Amino acid sequence: MTTTPVVRALGELAHGSAHAGPTACACPAPEVLADRPDGTVVRSGRVVAKAHAADSEVPALTARLSLAASPRLAGILLPPLPAPAGPPGTAEGRTVSLWPYGAPVDPTDPGAAPWEDAAALLARLHRTPPPHPLPPMRGPVKAARAVARMCAARPGDPATGPVLAAWRGLPGWARAEHPVPGPRDGFLCHGDLHLGQLVRHPAEHGPWLLIDIDDTGLGDPAWDLARPAAWYAAGLLPPAIWLRFLDTYRAAGGPAVRPEGDPWPELDVAARALTVQTAALALAKSTAEDRSPDEVEQLMIDACVRIASLPPELAPEHAS
Amino acid sequence: MIQCPKCHAQMHTYNRNGVQIEQCSGCRGIFLDYGELESLTRLESQWAQQAPPAPPAPQAYPAAPAPQAYPAAQAPAWGAPHQGGHYGGHHRQKSFGRMLFSS
Repeated sequence: MTTTPVVRALGELAHGSAHAGPTACACPAPEVLADRPDGTVVRSGRVVAKAHAADSEVPALTARLSLAASPRLAGILLPPLPAPAGPPGTAEGRTVSLWPYGAPVDPTDPGAAPWEDAAALLARLHRTPPPHPLPPMRGPVKAARAVARMCAARPGDPATGPVLAAWRGLPGWARAEHPVPGPRDGFLCHGDLHLGQLVRHPAEHGPWLLIDIDDTGLGDPAWDLARPAAWYAAGLLPPAIWLRFLDTYRAAGGPAVRPEGDPWPELDVAARALTVQTAALALAKSTAEDRSPDEVEQLMIDACVRIASLPPELAPEHAS
Repeated sequence: MIQCPKCHAQMHTYNRNGVQIEQCSGCRGIFLDYGELESLTRLESQWAQQAPPAPPAPQAYPAAPAPQAYPAAQAPAWGAPHQGGHYGGHHRQKSFGRMLFSS
C-alpha cells in the first residue's frame, strides 16, 4: 500500500502521543484503519489520529469535538484525547484530532453485533440536552451527496431512475433543502450510524461507545434509527434483530418514535432517505468497480422501486 | 389496482405463505378474497402444531403464559413483500456484512 503524506503525518502524530518519553521504541508500524476523502484514520498503539474531511468547516468541527469531550456525553460518545491549547492541528491542510483506540465490532460476525448497546446509546444521546450550540446533523446532506455521486457516475443511466424517483418523493428537509420542521428538530443526533461507529473502550472489554462525530449535530433523531430500519424494510435485516434494536431503544426512553405501536409514521421519511442513499452509493460504487450491483445492493434498489411506486398523496409529508 | 374501500388509497398485492392478500398503502388495512382467511387460519394451526411444547413452569409460581411467537414487526408500505429475515448464502452474507459497516 502506498503511504500518502496524510497517512505518514497521522502515523507520526499518533505514535508521538502513544509513545511518550525518550525510551527505545519497539512500537509496531502505524496501522491505517481508514483512508477516505471524508476521513483518514491511523492507529499507533493506544492512540488513533484522524484527519477530517478537507471540506470540514472548522467552527462546526470544533463544536462537534467539544461535544464528544463534554462530560454530559460521558459513556455515550468516545471522548477525544485532550488537545493542546490553541487551534486544532492539521495534516496536509486537514484538521486532525487524536482519540484513544477502541475495539471495533467484529466485521466477520454481524449476527453478534451489539444491536442492543447501539440502541441504548442512541436513546441516551437523543435524550441528552445539547450542552452548547451545535450545527445541524448532516444526515440529509450525506443523502444528497450520495445521489449527486450516483448521477456523476451514471449520467442519464435508466438504472438510476427509480432511485431518483424515490429521492424526489422525499420532503425538502430530508433532501437537505430546508431545515427540519418544528418539533422533530433540535435533538442531539449521531448522523451516520452503522456498525462501524461503535467501539469498546478501553479495548477489548470496556463498554460500547459511539465514535465519529463528523456528522453529529441537531436534527430529527429518527435519522439515527433509519439505517437499520431501511435494512429491515428492504428484507435484509432479520425482523428479530430489528425488533431487538427497536424495543431496546423504546425501553431506554428514546424519543425518535412513539413509545409503543407502529413506529413507521416517525421512521418513514428518514428510512426512505437512507434507502435512497444506500442504493445511490451502490450504483456509484458498482460503476466505479465496473460490475453490476450485487444481490444485497439490488435489494436496496428494489426498495427504491417500491418507494417510487407509492402514490405521492400517501407520503406522510408532502414533498415541498 | 384495487382501491381501499376505507381510505381510497391504492392496495398492493402481497403473497404471505402462498396466500395473496391486498394491503392498503395508506391505512394498511387488509383485503382477503373468498377462502383466503380460511387458508391463513389453516396455516396458523399448522404452525401452532409444529411449535415446541412449553417448558415446565417452575413450581410455586403461577403458570407462565403460553409461549408466543415473536410479535410480528410492523413494516412500511414500501417494505419488501417477503421479509426474508435470513442472511442468505455466503456472498449475500459478505455483501450485507460490508453494508452494515459503511456510510
